[in-house]
Amino acid sequence: MADKNLLPRLDRLTRITAPQPLFSRPRPLSGLLAPQRFMGLLGLALFIGALVLPFITASPYIISILTSAFIYVMIAMGLNVVVGYAGLLDLGYIAFVAVGAYTSGILSTTLGFTMLETIPFVVLACILAGIVIGGPTLRLRSDYLAIVTLGFGEIIRITATNLSITGGASGIHGIPTWSFFGWSFADGADLFGIHFNAKILFYFFVVIVALGLATVGAARLANGKLGRAWKSVRDDEDASEAMGINGYTAKLSAYIIGAVWGGVAGSLLATHLSAISPPSFEFLYSALILMAVVLGGMGSTPGVIIGALFVSLAPELLREFSEWRYLLFGVLLVVVMIFRPAGLWPANFVLPFLKRRPAAEPVSTTNIPWAQQAKEEAEAEQEEIERMSAVTSTVPDSIPDAVAGVNAISDNPADQEENR
Amino acid sequence: MTDTVAPATATARGELLLRVSGLAVQFGGIRAVDGLSFDVHEGEIVSVIGPNGAGKTSAFNCITGFYRPTGGTVHFGGDDITRIRPSTITKRGMSRTFQNLRLFRDMSVLDNVKTAMHSRLRENVFDQLLHTPRYKRAEAQCTQDARGWLDFVGFRGDEELFVTQLPYGEQRRVEIARALATQPRLLLLDEPGAGLNHQEKAELMALIRRIRDLGVGIVLIEHDMGLVMEVSERIVVLNFGKEIADGSPAEIKANPAVIEAYLGAEEDE
Repeated sequence: MADKNLLPRLDRLTRITAPQPLFSRPRPLSGLLAPQRFMGLLGLALFIGALVLPFITASPYIISILTSAFIYVMIAMGLNVVVGYAGLLDLGYIAFVAVGAYTSGILSTTLGFTMLETIPFVVLACILAGIVIGGPTLRLRSDYLAIVTLGFGEIIRITATNLSITGGASGIHGIPTWSFFGWSFADGADLFGIHFNAKILFYFFVVIVALGLATVGAARLANGKLGRAWKSVRDDEDASEAMGINGYTAKLSAYIIGAVWGGVAGSLLATHLSAISPPSFEFLYSALILMAVVLGGMGSTPGVIIGALFVSLAPELLREFSEWRYLLFGVLLVVVMIFRPAGLWPANFVLPFLKRRPAAEPVSTTNIPWAQQAKEEAEAEQEEIERMSAVTSTVPDSIPDAVAGVNAISDNPADQEENR
Repeated sequence: MTDTVAPATATARGELLLRVSGLAVQFGGIRAVDGLSFDVHEGEIVSVIGPNGAGKTSAFNCITGFYRPTGGTVHFGGDDITRIRPSTITKRGMSRTFQNLRLFRDMSVLDNVKTAMHSRLRENVFDQLLHTPRYKRAEAQCTQDARGWLDFVGFRGDEELFVTQLPYGEQRRVEIARALATQPRLLLLDEPGAGLNHQEKAELMALIRRIRDLGVGIVLIEHDMGLVMEVSERIVVLNFGKEIADGSPAEIKANPAVIEAYLGAEEDE
């Protein structure tokens, strides 16, 4: 019998409790080259680099394309929650960006809200949109979901074209920049004797919100309870149901969180463009953002940042090729997907020069009674088999074949399949 | 081998956990399960055996909520759970493993087990975003519990590996650890011995007994008769969806209907 001292008996009223670990684990890696620490520092370096950049060059062109690139990073991080973590192929994600952009655009231009005041409404509208779009569609799987989300993306855009409150086909103009308690970015600021204009202040704001908060937030969600639930639904929905995870609510929560990320980014986009109209939310943009996620590496934070920067900056960098640039862009993409099919930086990719964890020490099992006992039992059984085969080997040649044949038939095919 | 069979006083062992009565499921014209009835008590090991295609896995899927039974009822801990969502059934304390390993492939061993603690983990979105002390406490406890379960099932590999990097036998262990991490009162194991070697099967038997000693009821589908006869306290035999026998291992071995079913099965294969 097994060792009863190892674990407490079940209390009639409560569940079994987890046993204490029997072995200590190797300590987590420390130092600068520990993968997690290193990636954190790399992210911080990127963040600081983005903050310092305007002091090096502040040309309106660079500030403008980088602002929109970082907004794209935030949108892609939101889509990464839906596609990368939860594995839901969403072809109409730009709809949530549109909902966010229009909500803050309408509230600020018609009701005179400041952008800060519109954010709670943006979040609410996106949660609502996530539930309305996700509620019925998330009961579908894979291909069907993709088609339906594609349809919803178009519905939102066409609705915006035809409503008068959204300004119809011409959209909304004159969306103000952010202001806090009477002080607006438009007022500019003088710090350390340097004058910062509205565009640069908004750039700083976008860096902090999109790179600092949204990216770190989305990355953190991947590691907690929600993140594990999403990934389990992505890997095997039935098995995750068997683990007590309601697949539908898990998927809906991914959808809603993705929608909120997209919506807040949409609100930033509205400020950045200062005018929004339905063509800003065409299917092309859904496809581009999805491409950023897939190209970078689904479920991978550094990958998605790289993918989003690539997708938003490559057309600008290739501008000198004029009409040819989208062709070049396409060729580049094909090349990348041939050589790195899992994305530029796959989710489980670790830089080769980073410290590797020492292999876990082989654990001695001799002091565990049940392991010892099981080993003895197996040895006894093995001896018995050898004794049996010694007996059969003395039987004339023709008979063992027949015995082997019978065994082959009565063996469980599942066993044979598993053994491969 | 008969001397190792546990005494048939199992019914006096503990509270009634599971009562399956008249369970039936039909796919088109095929009656996969047809009138299955059995009870499982706390701390009891019941095996469901039968030739291939007898409806064992279909019965499991009905009990755990993956299939909707077309007839009969399943009561668990006094509640009717016949048409309840699988995740809700798991939350109430029934857990299962799958015939073909269904671990989460793109997650580490440790995360696979931690996933099973989903419904007992007290942390919300904001805890995760802000890494609050509550989040850190919950995650630390969750990690420790997951390691406890991994050690309990005798997993000796590297817990940070992806499950696809593990040998088959270790994957089996992880799946059982994951099922245990939901803290079940009843555990359903679907062919846990498939593809294991002798040493691993012996360890599996010892493990099943240790799980039983926690007070968990166990229902086992298994093809390895040596394993079944040795660990089971009661055996239910299915053939063509119908229950043909229910009794102690000794009774089952002597039952002519069972012998016939198994000899007849060779023609089908």
